[in-house]
Amino acid sequence: MSTPTIAPLRGPAVSSKQQGGVGFPENKPAWLFLAPFGIFFVLFLVAPTVYMFISSFFNTSIAKSGLGSFAGFANYQEMLTKPEFWSSMWHTLQFTLYTTPPLVVLAFVFAVLANRVRRGQWFFRLAFFVPFILPSATISLIWVFIFAPTNGLFAQLQTWLGNAIPTPVLADPSSAMIGIAVATIWWTLGFNFILYLAGLQDIPRELYEAAAIDGTTPWQQIRYITIPLLSRTTSLVVVLQIIASLKVFDQVYLMTSGGPGTSTQVALGLITNTAFTDFRSGAASAASVLLFIVILAIAIIRQLLERNQERTA
Amino acid sequence: MATTTVGGGRKGSGVSAAAPAARGAQNSSQNSTRTFNIVCGVVLGVFAIIWLIPSLWALKTSLTSNAVSALGTPAILADTSPTLASYLTLMRGGDIWNWYLASFITSAVTVALTLLFGSMAGYALSRMRFRGRNIVFALMLAGIMIPGTVLVVPIFEGLGAVNLLNTYWAVILPQVPAVIAVFVFKQFFDGLPVEMEEAARLDGAGYWRIYRSVIMPLSKPVLAAMGILTFVNVWNNLLLPLFVVSNPDLMTIPVGLATVQGSFGQRYSDIQASSIMGALPLVILFLFFQKRIVEGVAGTGLKG
Repeated sequence: MSTPTIAPLRGPAVSSKQQGGVGFPENKPAWLFLAPFGIFFVLFLVAPTVYMFISSFFNTSIAKSGLGSFAGFANYQEMLTKPEFWSSMWHTLQFTLYTTPPLVVLAFVFAVLANRVRRGQWFFRLAFFVPFILPSATISLIWVFIFAPTNGLFAQLQTWLGNAIPTPVLADPSSAMIGIAVATIWWTLGFNFILYLAGLQDIPRELYEAAAIDGTTPWQQIRYITIPLLSRTTSLVVVLQIIASLKVFDQVYLMTSGGPGTSTQVALGLITNTAFTDFRSGAASAASVLLFIVILAIAIIRQLLERNQERTA
Repeated sequence: MATTTVGGGRKGSGVSAAAPAARGAQNSSQNSTRTFNIVCGVVLGVFAIIWLIPSLWALKTSLTSNAVSALGTPAILADTSPTLASYLTLMRGGDIWNWYLASFITSAVTVALTLLFGSMAGYALSRMRFRGRNIVFALMLAGIMIPGTVLVVPIFEGLGAVNLLNTYWAVILPQVPAVIAVFVFKQFFDGLPVEMEEAARLDGAGYWRIYRSVIMPLSKPVLAAMGILTFVNVWNNLLLPLFVVSNPDLMTIPVGLATVQGSFGQRYSDIQASSIMGALPLVILFLFFQKRIVEGVAGTGLKG
């Protein structure tokens, strides 16, 4: 979000014209106020970004200090021709495709339903939102246990339903990513749920009243009022979801460590493995740059979309 | 977006309130709307219960003995003698206290620095006119788009170069520049009236005094919201502490929990008890600050 708002907390709506006049008399205090944050910004965002780009052209290793020998485009060439790199990108995409549609659709449905129910709002928020603020480690420990082969909750459920040899979800390369996706959907749905609830409140009640007088069914109201007016929230939710999915690491690391084999290895897992297990941070930087570019491209598209929507709004 | 409060006290919003307006002429449609709303409530209730099952299952398992939970699902379901044994084991073990300490220190210090430096920068951007303001603004906007998680390798190397690996600082410092905080503060300050500051300036107060004694006292809501969100984010961060800290005494909750699966083996009750202990402070935080957390998340679109 280019202009993040904590809207309900906003002070009295008084537009503040920038004071001060000719010749920037506020130069010195302004820079003093900016300096502390600026130093951290430069040290921990700008400098690492620059260093990542530079070291991607060197044989840098975390086992030795300094950049190491110049490698040219060799790191990039290696990554772009390496099957592991493409399979990790594919798994990242796979994760995105498994999680985004359910997270958007379910969150939308739950929010629309919750908006029609007068009582028990606290209960729905507790049920759907609390998982979102829990550590990924807690989520993973719970779901690994649920998916435990032979006597876990899910295996038991399958047995009761008549499946004598239940699928060991996380131990099977064909279903491990689905297991991670299920845990992720359970974990993060609350975030989208809250965004949709907020979006629903921005829809003027009069629209529904007018529609009700015209004798529309609730379904028609959802179809012709709610869905179109929430399109802005939907595009926000989708883009945030895609960006978060590209950066997926925690659940995979904790639930399967990329396995079985490399069947769930994702981009950030490959990067950290290359850097911290193979000690090849130069090559890891090249992979980071590639992932960085993909995420940045999506973030920029989002900014442009948002600006477009603001203009047309 | 999110210009209204989410949650509490939203009585009669949406169609449920629309129906009375159409009373009389639309009696049958009103009834069908009411039936529809009840169906909605039931469907949502079922989903909410499904959503609660994993947490309740972890809780139930943590309250059985390791001997019972090792026997599998039916034994845990059938168990009727809850025990706190696993929690007591954890508390006596000592590791969990180290993890709590590391998580509390790193989260609290990061929150303090982020709030202080973020609000100062936000104040400068909101109220002061200076050379290079547009460049600073553009840099910050660009900073929002930088995916911090991708920078873990260079940050590790940088911390190593200055010998900060395996310290709390390695976890704290990289998380301080949360650019979103600057924008949230700037936006909030933009909405504050300038008259009080002008009065203070006529009294001879400088920028620092105005910021400290006029602006900060007015900013409690935004400080609280940003503080809680930052706390939750830092507490839950796994990637950074996982790689910059290897000393078990300095491990934060997520990193400590990541070692549990391997070291506890088949002691499922202990594993689930530790996962619940790790989450407990956040659940308590949520119960106390429900509204602020929900509003903050809805308002900033802040996602880990």
